[in-house]
Amino acid sequence: MSLFDAAPFSAPTGPVVRAVHDDFHGDLLEVSMGPHHPSTHGVFRMNVTLDGETVVKLKPVFGYLHRNHEKIAENTSYLSSMPYTDRLDYLCSMTNNWAYALAVEKLSGQAVPDRAEYLRVILAELTRLLNHTCLAGFLLQDGGASGTPLMYAFREREKILDLFESLSGSRMMCNFQRFGGCRTDAPDGWLAAARRLVDGYGGFLDEFERLLTGNEILMARTQGIGRLSAKLAVSAGVTGPMLRATGVAYDLRKVDGYGFYPRFDFRIPLGADGDTYDRYMVRVLEMRESIKILQQALRDIPAGPVMDPKARLRGFRPKPGEAYGRIEGPKGEIGFFLISEGGPSPYRYRVRPPSLINLTILEDLCLGHSIADAVVILGSIDIVLGEVDR
Amino acid sequence: MFGTGLLQGLAVTAKNFAGSFLVRERFVTTQYPEERTKLPEAYRNFPFLVSESHDDPLGTLRCVACQICEKECPPQCIYIEKSRDKKPDANGKMQIYPAIFDIDTAVCMSCQICVEVCPFDAIKMDQVFEIAVTNRFDGLMLDKHALAKPNEYFHSIHPTEAAEVDGRLAASRRAAEEKARAAAAAKAGAKPAVPGPPPPTPGAQP
Amino acid sequence: MKTTSSLLENAPVLLRDWATAFLPARARWFADSLIDIVAILAVFGLLFAFLTLAERKILGRVQNRPGPNRAGWFGLLQPFADGIKMLTKEDVVPAAADQVLHFLAPVVLLAFSILTFAVIPYGRNLVPLDLDAAVVFFFAASSSTELAVFMAGWASHNKYSLFAAMRALAQLVSYELPLLLSVVPVALATGTLSTTGIVAAQAGWKWGLVPRWLVFTPWGAAAFAVFMVSALAESNRSPFDLPEAESELIAGHLTEYSGFKYALFFMAEYFGMCALSGMAVTLFLGGWQAPLPALEFIPSYAWFAVKLLALLSGFIWIRATLPRLRIDQLTRLAWKLLVPLALVNLVTAGFWELSAGWQGAHQPLRWAVAIVLVAGPALLLGRSLGSGIGPRTYRYA
Repeated sequence: MSLFDAAPFSAPTGPVVRAVHDDFHGDLLEVSMGPHHPSTHGVFRMNVTLDGETVVKLKPVFGYLHRNHEKIAENTSYLSSMPYTDRLDYLCSMTNNWAYALAVEKLSGQAVPDRAEYLRVILAELTRLLNHTCLAGFLLQDGGASGTPLMYAFREREKILDLFESLSGSRMMCNFQRFGGCRTDAPDGWLAAARRLVDGYGGFLDEFERLLTGNEILMARTQGIGRLSAKLAVSAGVTGPMLRATGVAYDLRKVDGYGFYPRFDFRIPLGADGDTYDRYMVRVLEMRESIKILQQALRDIPAGPVMDPKARLRGFRPKPGEAYGRIEGPKGEIGFFLISEGGPSPYRYRVRPPSLINLTILEDLCLGHSIADAVVILGSIDIVLGEVDR
Repeated sequence: MFGTGLLQGLAVTAKNFAGSFLVRERFVTTQYPEERTKLPEAYRNFPFLVSESHDDPLGTLRCVACQICEKECPPQCIYIEKSRDKKPDANGKMQIYPAIFDIDTAVCMSCQICVEVCPFDAIKMDQVFEIAVTNRFDGLMLDKHALAKPNEYFHSIHPTEAAEVDGRLAASRRAAEEKARAAAAAKAGAKPAVPGPPPPTPGAQP
Repeated sequence: MKTTSSLLENAPVLLRDWATAFLPARARWFADSLIDIVAILAVFGLLFAFLTLAERKILGRVQNRPGPNRAGWFGLLQPFADGIKMLTKEDVVPAAADQVLHFLAPVVLLAFSILTFAVIPYGRNLVPLDLDAAVVFFFAASSSTELAVFMAGWASHNKYSLFAAMRALAQLVSYELPLLLSVVPVALATGTLSTTGIVAAQAGWKWGLVPRWLVFTPWGAAAFAVFMVSALAESNRSPFDLPEAESELIAGHLTEYSGFKYALFFMAEYFGMCALSGMAVTLFLGGWQAPLPALEFIPSYAWFAVKLLALLSGFIWIRATLPRLRIDQLTRLAWKLLVPLALVNLVTAGFWELSAGWQGAHQPLRWAVAIVLVAGPALLLGRSLGSGIGPRTYRYA
């Protein structure tokens, strides 16, 4: 048996657990990890029952960040809900905005000008880059690498946030998409700055991979840990890089072809094992594909208006009906379901949060592993509590 | 060989360590408050009210208390009370003005929707962020005295936007004047010539 | 030799003799020992303080940021600010805890850590205690510190702390073996267990240029590598710092300690690091000897300091880069890689010593055989360890 085998602790992805512990076998320890904890990615609690070091039961407890987003949306106008969507997955505000705008545009039948579509693709792919970079940093921080990969990731993320700030006025809470296009056009020099950033990003990824991907300790900590089978992933509704790491080729950019994605040439990386290392590597490879998409979009973006001239900001009352708009966010499928009764606010506003749906199988992934692995597995699912709790 | 990945990682960190002394991009800290980062023009923090003249900021506010921003604000942080009387605005026209205009910056989320919906370009986003106060309630409530700032200030922080706003306002003012002149000319031309007083008859003396 | 009469070289001993000159001869050895103790505590205390600062600054620079630079120029007053903070914190002791053991654990830990400093030769005439079995004394004292770890976990009366203490103890005990096994060839090669004797056996230069330090032999390099990895684990440093990891669930054995007692645990960890590095310098890097004959004018204690600081920087560099290993992985690393390597190294060292008389064309053969004996098992064992893991290729949809 090799040294870095997680074999004594790994379990098939069902509830069967081998009792492996010996002398210190006693009562099962039930420990509550969080909500105040450096590794839980937000205010999140896990009630873990341990047999020695092995996890035999795990109950996630969340709701500490619930802010009534959906109920508030029933009482404010459609436009006023847009800044609240920034705060769902607070790392990826541009993609949240786009998903909501898409849902409303489906509801009201609005058209979007070409330049706005290209700009939306550029911003969404930049968001994907910053989210996956952050995830790599956080995963290694949880694995114990004293902050160095995290600092490198944040150094690059700052460059993207500077771009967002010069475009929308705010680094994270951008509030940038509107129904019918984008709020403003890119200022002079923004596209050139974006091109420079994208061209330099490949070099950063190379250095990051040299630091991490061949690192034996990282491989030993993540390979074979938290295996997810494709069958379980599909039946649990898991989407995003977590699903693609199990080998299922499902990416909304190819499946739905929303926006102008069908015009771009890019590939979807797939994993085979569905373990933590695959989830990490699929995200790294997706970053490289995003760079390709960005280079094409920045090259081909046409001139023109960024807002549908017929769109109205105030007094927006879509016709009665319902619509579900979804995009491939960095964490998975983020969707908005809206029911309109013709009034200024929706009758029902529902967010499909990818982090929450991906989190439902946390117990299945962690059973049979040691507690140190549970932290790494949670990191690889990539959750943001703003989205889980809304 | 087992361990080459680790050695590569050590090389990357050594490169960053050396680079932090030599290359600016590998030492990205801005030593605040001695140094400050240059903020982009589009950066926004809390709103402020634009006045036409810096001699009398409160008297020449563009705001006419239409209360649209109050209604559209998502967290409802704006409180406006209209005035009972009217005062001449910067163009001399008699307008209602806001008697009370409060923004609660503890609630404001800097979403900029008030700016987008204002029909009069009266409220814009400010850029000051070093406004910490020691009083959690009154200190964070900005009233119109704190919010009113002149157009020159708007030009200094958002030059492109201010130039565009000025151009638009000037154009609309010109268009309004044109319309008024055309209307006056039409009115003068449409009416039948009113007979003036009879010319005095020569020699007729009452 | 010309350097023994240099003033700088002899300054510490001259100072000490001047300070105790007024005492009668019988009391002089006592006073000398006291001065030695005070000097070690002062020097290594300050070294600990500035090592914490250096670690934060180096970690900062690796992470593209400056590290502490607000408390005094370049943050030089930071360790003192941290010390004051630790001293002014409330010392909370759980009511159900064993009060005596809870108090004694950091004291015992620190006492044994400081004991290990007694046998390291810091300079030509600067060894506080010149024992015949100094190496055995050193490792006996450093192993006794493990008792304090368990005392800490037990006294806290907290089942999680106890469990974590047992895990920490398992790590420490597992790495004692490679640590000691890597030192045995040194005793074999130099024929003595006295630290001053080991340093003396590494004197001189081959061909007037290459020092005769043990690290420049194949078995010495392997032993040095095994020793440094074990030293990392013995002092609970990354990547072996699971017992003190903040992102781990089971609270470490130090949870019930606050304030100055917590600071004492960390002081003991750094002292352990310094002592093990000092021992590594003595055993493998020639102690206080200069690397080139031309550089002998630099005092011996300065050379010791340079080598010690180089090793400590290596510790910090490794901490900045590597993620941590899980407990079962690190114990398996000890038992399945380091112990076999250290045992094979004994054979290699034996071969090296027996073939010391080979002349002429046999010298390269000697080197070749020794290198094969060192590298072969390392590659084989490494391959078997890494058999389940490795880089993967990915397909695209």
